[in-house]
Amino acid sequence: MNNKKLMSYLPGYALLISVTAIILIPFYWMVVTSVKREDEIMSFPPSWWPEKWQFQNYFELFQAIPFHKYMFNSIYIAVVVTVFTCFLAALAGFAFAKLHFPFRNALFLMLLSSMMIPVEVTTIPLFLLFSKLGLTNTHFPLIVPTILGSTGMFGVFLLRQFYLTIPDEISEAARIDGCTPWMTFHRIMLPMVVPAISSLAIFAFLHSWNEFFEPLIYINSDHLYTVPLGLSIFSGDLEPRWHLIMAASVVATLPLLLVFFFAQQRIIEGISMTGSK
Amino acid sequence: MLKHEKWYAYVFIAPMVIGYLIFLAFPILSIVGISFTDWSLIGSPNFIGLKNYERIATDMTFWVTVKNTLLFTAGFVPLKIIIAFLLALLILKRVPGIGLFRTAIFTPVVVSLVVWAVVWKYILATDYGLINSFLHALGYDRIPWLYHDQLTLPAVIVVSVLKGLGLTMIIFLAALSDVPKMYYEAAIMDGASKFKKLLHITIPLITPAIFLNVVITVINSMKIFGQIYVMTHGGPGTSTHVFIYYIYKQAFKLFEFGYGSAISLVFFLIVLAMTIFQWNLRKRWVHHEQ
Repeated sequence: MNNKKLMSYLPGYALLISVTAIILIPFYWMVVTSVKREDEIMSFPPSWWPEKWQFQNYFELFQAIPFHKYMFNSIYIAVVVTVFTCFLAALAGFAFAKLHFPFRNALFLMLLSSMMIPVEVTTIPLFLLFSKLGLTNTHFPLIVPTILGSTGMFGVFLLRQFYLTIPDEISEAARIDGCTPWMTFHRIMLPMVVPAISSLAIFAFLHSWNEFFEPLIYINSDHLYTVPLGLSIFSGDLEPRWHLIMAASVVATLPLLLVFFFAQQRIIEGISMTGSK
Repeated sequence: MLKHEKWYAYVFIAPMVIGYLIFLAFPILSIVGISFTDWSLIGSPNFIGLKNYERIATDMTFWVTVKNTLLFTAGFVPLKIIIAFLLALLILKRVPGIGLFRTAIFTPVVVSLVVWAVVWKYILATDYGLINSFLHALGYDRIPWLYHDQLTLPAVIVVSVLKGLGLTMIIFLAALSDVPKMYYEAAIMDGASKFKKLLHITIPLITPAIFLNVVITVINSMKIFGQIYVMTHGGPGTSTHVFIYYIYKQAFKLFEFGYGSAISLVFFLIVLAMTIFQWNLRKRWVHHEQ
């Protein structure tokens, strides 16, 4: 009986374990390769354990390309995008959920319609516009259209949904007590939507951090590269130096992975919340 | 008081409304206009009527692109949805240590797509790749995974599925843990088998999550670009040209802004039609609205 029960679980666990293994192997392979000697990388079959851990590969990486600059660019762009997206989406979401004004629903539906527009479709006109304004090869097209475009719109939608769950009596009471809408927003409402804002922050940060299409189109100068762009160009060399590319991948992955492991519960909840709204 | 409220509201929503007009409405209207011109890097744009659309009709590469995008979607969506659903069912059981599996499967979600694609490009490398070393050990020939007209697209599909599996799984997991236990208790009393419980209780009750995952996955699969750019550059030949890659190639490598806009517009209409179709399907298919 017990054996039979065990057998019925077996295929499931075989699937679980094999998927997990296939997902973890790239991480292992990335780390191991990043400390191998160059000639060891070219050997076939590849070794599962480096002969000697060559940590100087990491120094060599920063000599080969200014990867610290790419990291800095990616982080500061993601932080700016996250802060402004959260603030502006919280503000607009509040107005759509709690304030009364003419054309409220029409304007909201208009913004909502943007969810059907794939951002890639908007690139050609925006590229032509930004090159007229001399804004190509700057970080402007990576920051402003993200905040005020698709990511921001998603934030407005998400936060409005969240404000709607807060009883109207609270904002009405604040109004009777003489609060202006601005005071109601930042003293009363903002603290109440912190969970939704942190979910939006995770979403906006990851989205900006991952962004590849826009940097590829707008950025030409090495010192303005973001991590995805710099890494894709570095790995596209005719003779890729895999030990350095893997070292770069480790450097690019480590900060987010550390944050993820420490705030795992919050991040998974946050992402599933943005996913299901 | 109420009079003031109106103006506060307009100030609060102004950045987003202006952003919508500049970064979304203006570009969508513009691509319609640009698609009727021969706009390119050199010379001034001329109005050429429907020439770009006639060109689409006879452009073999365009139709290969459409086919590849649909093949990608046809492989990616079922694979991801079914595996994620099965994993969610397994992880739902409160076995000790199951949390570690959940974390591991979710990890690629927080890794940059380009990093994930670059690492897999190395794992799939023909000469010294990890996968080929397994094949070698088993006595098979090496396979040029990323230089093969038939195998490259499936390889990219698998790599893409692994990247986002965790997110789809988590959405399923949230829905599954909301299913009230009493339904199952009633079913057990009636002597229903495991499979019957799954088919008649679990799946109908989580249709909103299934629907949501399918919609997100379909739209994302239509927009796939980063992994194609990094791993294959659309090749070998045109065997992994997909929509966004072709738009990128026409507009930003060949600087054919007019033709690129026509393709963009066709792409937009296809995505729009699919979204509307899916929402209509929802009305008939989703049993239990959240």
